[in-house]
Amino acid sequence: MFRRSSFWARSLTIAAMGIVSCSRSGKSKDDGTAGPVGSGASASAAEIRIGQTMPYSGPASSYGTIGKLQAAFFKKVNREGGIQGRKINFITLDDAYSPPKAVEQVRRLVEEDRVLLIFQPLGTPSNTAIHKYLNTQKVPQLFAASGASQWNDPKNFPWTMGFNANYQMEARIYGKHIVKTRPEAKIAVLYQNDDYGKDYLKGLRDGLGDKGKLIVAEATYEVSDPTVDSQIATLKGSGADTFVNITTPKFAAQAIRRAFDMTWAPAQYLNNVSASVGSVLTPAGLDKAVGLMTVAYYKDPTDPQWNDDAGMKEWREFMAKEYPEGSLSDGANVYAYLAAQSLVKVLQQCGRDVTSENVMKEAGNLKDFAPAQLLPGITINTGPHDYLLFEQMRLARFDGKTWVAFGEVLTASN
Amino acid sequence: MMRPRSLAPIALLRHRPAVPVISALALGAAVLLPFVVSDYRAFEVTQVIIQAIALLGLNLLTGYNGQISLGHGAFYATGAYTAAILMSRFDVAYWLTLPCAAVVCLGVGFSFGWPALRLESSYLALATFALGVSMPQVLKYKHLAPWTGGVQGLTLDKPEAPWGLPISPDQWLYFFCLAIMVVLFACARTFLRGHAGLSVQAIREHPVAAAAVGIDVPMYKALTFGISAMYAGIAGALSAMSVQFVSPDSFAALLSVTFLVGIVVGGLSSVSGAIYGSIFIQFAPKVASDVSKAAPGVVYGLVLLGSVYLMPLGIAGGLKRLAELVRERARGMSRKRRRSHV
Repeated sequence: MFRRSSFWARSLTIAAMGIVSCSRSGKSKDDGTAGPVGSGASASAAEIRIGQTMPYSGPASSYGTIGKLQAAFFKKVNREGGIQGRKINFITLDDAYSPPKAVEQVRRLVEEDRVLLIFQPLGTPSNTAIHKYLNTQKVPQLFAASGASQWNDPKNFPWTMGFNANYQMEARIYGKHIVKTRPEAKIAVLYQNDDYGKDYLKGLRDGLGDKGKLIVAEATYEVSDPTVDSQIATLKGSGADTFVNITTPKFAAQAIRRAFDMTWAPAQYLNNVSASVGSVLTPAGLDKAVGLMTVAYYKDPTDPQWNDDAGMKEWREFMAKEYPEGSLSDGANVYAYLAAQSLVKVLQQCGRDVTSENVMKEAGNLKDFAPAQLLPGITINTGPHDYLLFEQMRLARFDGKTWVAFGEVLTASN
Repeated sequence: MMRPRSLAPIALLRHRPAVPVISALALGAAVLLPFVVSDYRAFEVTQVIIQAIALLGLNLLTGYNGQISLGHGAFYATGAYTAAILMSRFDVAYWLTLPCAAVVCLGVGFSFGWPALRLESSYLALATFALGVSMPQVLKYKHLAPWTGGVQGLTLDKPEAPWGLPISPDQWLYFFCLAIMVVLFACARTFLRGHAGLSVQAIREHPVAAAAVGIDVPMYKALTFGISAMYAGIAGALSAMSVQFVSPDSFAALLSVTFLVGIVVGGLSSVSGAIYGSIFIQFAPKVASDVSKAAPGVVYGLVLLGSVYLMPLGIAGGLKRLAELVRERARGMSRKRRRSHV
C-alpha cells in the first residue's frame, strides 16, 4: 500500500515540477484561451517580430545557412534604422527537419512569442505539417522554402505563400522550349516515383500542350533503388532524341554518366533540384555533362560572368562583412539573401500598417520587384490570386565548368 | 548496464506519512496545469506525456527484459499511421483508433519478436535497427500510398472536447493523454509486480536459470516484445492526434535512438524513469540549440555525457540515491537526539 503510493508520489511530483517550470515561463502570456491568435495581430511600435524554423541539426542541416544568413541580414537592417523606425526581432528555431518538431516550434513562435509571421520555414514535409495550423490561426506562412505546387492556393490557403520557383513551372518551361525549338522531338522522361516527380511530369505535359504525344517513353525509379541503369537502357531503346531528367542528385549523376557511357547523346534537360556542379556534375564527370540544360532564376555565385556584376558584388561585400563564416560558392546563400530582401520589401510596402492581413495583401502586391541577384530580365510579380513569385526563368547550358545562362527570359504561365 | 532492482527498504517507507498528501497535491497540480498555463505549454507537456508512454514501453523490453531495441520508432510510426489512416480515410472516431493501434502493434511486435528471439543482444539491436531504418521508406511505398499519403503524409483534424466541455482542444488532449498515461503506467506497475513480470525480469538476470525453474523463455520474450511495441504504438497514435500530421519524415531512424537515450538517461528498469527521460528528450535539444545555433549537437552531447557520468543509474536512480541519503541523515540525527536524551 505504502509502496504504491510512493510510486505515485514520485511520478506525480514530477508533474508538479513541470507545472512550476511551465507557469514560470508562461506567466507573462495570456490566459491561454482558444481561438486564432494571429488574426489582427500587429507589430508593436518598436519592433516587428518574425519567427522561423530551420534545420540547424539533423539530416538537412546544410540548409541551416539560410537562417544564419537571414539573421545577419536583419541585424544589418536594424543597424541601418530598421523598417520605418521599427526593429526586426528575428527568432529562428531548430526543427531538425522533423515535422512534429516544426509544429511544436511554430506553435511556440505563434502562441508564446506572438510573432507577426513565420518566414521561410524550410522543407516540404515541415511546411505541410504547419500549413493547416497557420491558416487556422491566420498567421502568414510567408515565402515557404519549398518548390511544391501546393503553396500557391490563395483561395483555400490565403495565409501561405511559397518562395521557390515551383516544380511545375520549371517543367513547363522545358516543355515550351522543346515545342519551340524542336517540334518533332521524341522525348524520354525519367522521374522519381513520388509527388515531386509527378509534379514535374504534370508541368512538362502542360508545357507541351497539345504536343503531349511527343513523349515516347517514361520510366520511374524509387528512392530505394540502387541504380537507374536499366531505366536508361529502356529509354535509350525507345529511340528518343530528347531526355528530361527529373531526378534527385544521386540518381541524376548516375543517369548522366550512364547515358554517356551507352553513347546515347540526346538533348538533355536536367531539373534544377540536381543542378549542383559540385554534388552532381562532378561525380557524373564534367566532360559527360557538357551541353546539359537547366533553368535558373538567380545568379550562380560560381559563374565567372558575374565577377564584376554589381548585384553579386553587393552580395559578396555583405558576405565578407556580416556573414564571413558563410560559403561564397553555396547558391543557398544567394537564395537566402533574395528571400530576406523580398521580406523587407513587403514590410516596407506595408508602411505604418504592419498587420498580418496587410502583410499578406502586400506580399500579393509585388510588382516588377527585381533584386540585383536575379538574372537580368527576371522580376518578381504577385497578385491577390497569384502567389507565385517566379514565373519567369532563363535556360542555362553547362559548358564543362559552369552553367551559362542563354536565350531570352521565358515565362511559364500561358 | 543491467542491474538487479534494488528492493526499496519497505521499513523506512512506513515512516513517511507525507506520501499520500504529496500524491494528492501532485495529482491536483496535474489536473490544474492546463488551466494555469497557455495552450502551447499544455501541448508541450502533452508531448512529454506521450513520449513517456513510448519510453515506458521500451523500458519494459530493454530495462526489465534485457533486450535492446533500436527500432521502436518503427512501432511508434505504425501506431501513428494506424490512427491517422483510420481517422482520415475511414472517419473512425479518434478514441476508437487507440485500441486498433494497440492491437496492430501488439501483433506486429509479437510476430517480429518471435523470430528475433534467436538473436542475442547486439544482433537483436541490429535487427531492430534495420526495422527503424526501413520504416520511412516502407511508408513511402507506392502501393501503400493511397492509404499512407506517400511522401506528403496525412493531415488530421484535432479532436474537440466532448460533451460540450468548455475547454480548448489542447486542454482536452492533455487530459485524454494524461488519463491514458496513468492507466498504462498502473498496468505496467501491476504487470511487473505479478508472476509474469517477475518471470520477465528473471529472464534478464539469468535466462538459463529462468528456463530451469520452468519459465517459458521464448514465449515471455516475444510477449514482452509485443507489449513493448503496443505501448510505443499507443504513444504513436496519440502523437498523430496531437501533432495532427504524420509523414515518413516524422519517423526517421534517429527517433529510435532518441528513445533509447531517453530510457538510459531517465533510468533503466524504473517506471518513473520514463517520465524523467521524456522530459530530458523533450527539452534538452531545445536548450542545446538556445545555447549554440552553430553546433547544437555538441552541446546536447555534452549534457548527455554529463548526465550519464553524474547519474549512472539515470535520473530515477540519482533521485532515489538522494532520497536515501537524506533519510539516512535524518535517521542519524534522530538517533543522536535519542542518545542525548539518555
